[in-house]
Amino acid sequence: MFPQPIQKSSPAVQALYRTSLPFALILWLLPLFAVALTSLRSINDLNAGNFWGWPTSIDLVKNYTEVFTRSPMGRYIINSLVITLPAVAGTLVLSSMAGFALAKYRFRGNLLLFSIFIAGNFVPFQILMIPVRSLMVNVFQVYDTYWALILFHMAFQTGFCTLFMRNFMKQLPDALIESARLEGVTEIGIFWHIVLPLIRPAIAALAVLEFTFIWNDYFWALILVQSDSVRPVTAGLEALKGMWLASWQLISAGSIIAAVPPVLMFFLMQRHFIAGLTLGATKE
Amino acid sequence: MSVVVDNAAFDGSQRVPDTWWRRHQMALTPALLLLPALLFFGTFVIWPIISSIDLSFYDWDGIKTPEFIGFGNYVELFHDPVFYTSLANNFWWLVLYMLAPMFGLAVALYLNQSVFGIRLIKSLFFFPFVISQVVVGLVFGWFFNANFGLFNHLLHAFGLHGMALLEHERSATFIVILAGLWPQIAYCMILYLTGLTAMNPEVIEAARMDGAKGMKLLWNIIIPQLRPATFIAVVVSVVGALRSFDLVAIMTVGGPVNASTVLAYYMYQQTFTAFRYGYGAAIAVVLFLIMDVYIAIFLWRMLARERG
Repeated sequence: MFPQPIQKSSPAVQALYRTSLPFALILWLLPLFAVALTSLRSINDLNAGNFWGWPTSIDLVKNYTEVFTRSPMGRYIINSLVITLPAVAGTLVLSSMAGFALAKYRFRGNLLLFSIFIAGNFVPFQILMIPVRSLMVNVFQVYDTYWALILFHMAFQTGFCTLFMRNFMKQLPDALIESARLEGVTEIGIFWHIVLPLIRPAIAALAVLEFTFIWNDYFWALILVQSDSVRPVTAGLEALKGMWLASWQLISAGSIIAAVPPVLMFFLMQRHFIAGLTLGATKE
Repeated sequence: MSVVVDNAAFDGSQRVPDTWWRRHQMALTPALLLLPALLFFGTFVIWPIISSIDLSFYDWDGIKTPEFIGFGNYVELFHDPVFYTSLANNFWWLVLYMLAPMFGLAVALYLNQSVFGIRLIKSLFFFPFVISQVVVGLVFGWFFNANFGLFNHLLHAFGLHGMALLEHERSATFIVILAGLWPQIAYCMILYLTGLTAMNPEVIEAARMDGAKGMKLLWNIIIPQLRPATFIAVVVSVVGALRSFDLVAIMTVGGPVNASTVLAYYMYQQTFTAFRYGYGAAIAVVLFLIMDVYIAIFLWRMLARERG
């Protein structure tokens, strides 16, 4: 283990290390604490310039209720869910199929197709912006609906997910598939009954990861929708900032609310999340 | 797509009815499995790239008929001071984002212990990466707010003058980059923590037996072993730096007077604020070409590994 386990150090160093941890953590998360603190202040405190002093009253419930009653925040959250969940599901379906084809079949152009998925996953969004928007407006006529964001996220995230799925499935033993073939199992049957159950960890990892990616998207929400009735929480929050100008207690509360779902997802599925994120970080 | 059957031995197997599908499924299955993903990816990723490149040779306001102007947009870019500001800022983003792997490694080394509560502490350190960049932007904009931000409050507490760092053209970009580094360091940290956990302890012990320790051990044994993690950390940091849009949009809107704009944001602005679609596309193409260098390096490494 590196560095040397702290237990091998002198008691003084150990104590120093242990006490340093909470301080380092507070320092690291200081901006977040500031926001959390502001979200429970009263508007009177803020107007009086009391941003960092002792709050005269704790308006936690009032502020958080107000976010929902005075703004479409509830709607935004629902919109984010309605966009994110189908997009994640869709991208998992597309990429597990494509990943299997690329991992376990040999055909001409296999590596080329794989490379296209990898490369596409890295392109800057701006090179897609104008054509994707006009596709949604003119061809599919879904601009400013959930579908615009669902379709785009599904398509774009397929790049990353296919890369992930393909590399994961590549590690499944070929013998498993060969023997099923000998038994007369159809190719589709192999995919459905043998491969899918084995790639459950990959599906879980990608599901949490993609949930966070798509939930946190701001750019495409800006480009592909504009009404409050479909806008996800990221774009909604930015719109609220313009509406509430000086009501920082509400903006702070709104920020915290917008951050809750992905944070919850992360804490509940931490193992999968990290497994997904760090794929490839351990082997050459 | 042409498909070469790789397992002809199973065609016309004796044990199952010899239908057309049975005979051709080895060839058709991968094609069918790939079709939906290719349709989606082709429509919303590949075709738009080609279309944008094409559009960059036109003068277009988004409404009238586009007019072909050859390299006109690129020639104009060449003389556009804001374009150079964006390029310079993107350069700073790239350079300073390389601090993320370094700091990420430092934090990972600091946290790679097994003491009470360390798992929770690691998760909390990772926090900034999980939340949306919109929230990060709001939080940092708020933190550095000239009138009431905590940063100035702390300066006052030490008897120093407050600073309007986000409103100043020399400093705005760097504050935005700082905000971006926060989640990026968290990301790199988790990559390195995983790398450190997966490391072969025998190698480290053997090196310790040989008398290596401290910085020497880190530099000669640990860092070389962490190469896969470093590679990914650098790749995601480069991509993050070139993709920077959200934080600029939230924290400074590219200002003051375009001082903190980046290619991604300038492109967006030219397209939707100035209604110069062709010009916007040309900026996007430049960004795309810069990114291509890194994409090529990544692909090259990935495929080299593939061939063994």
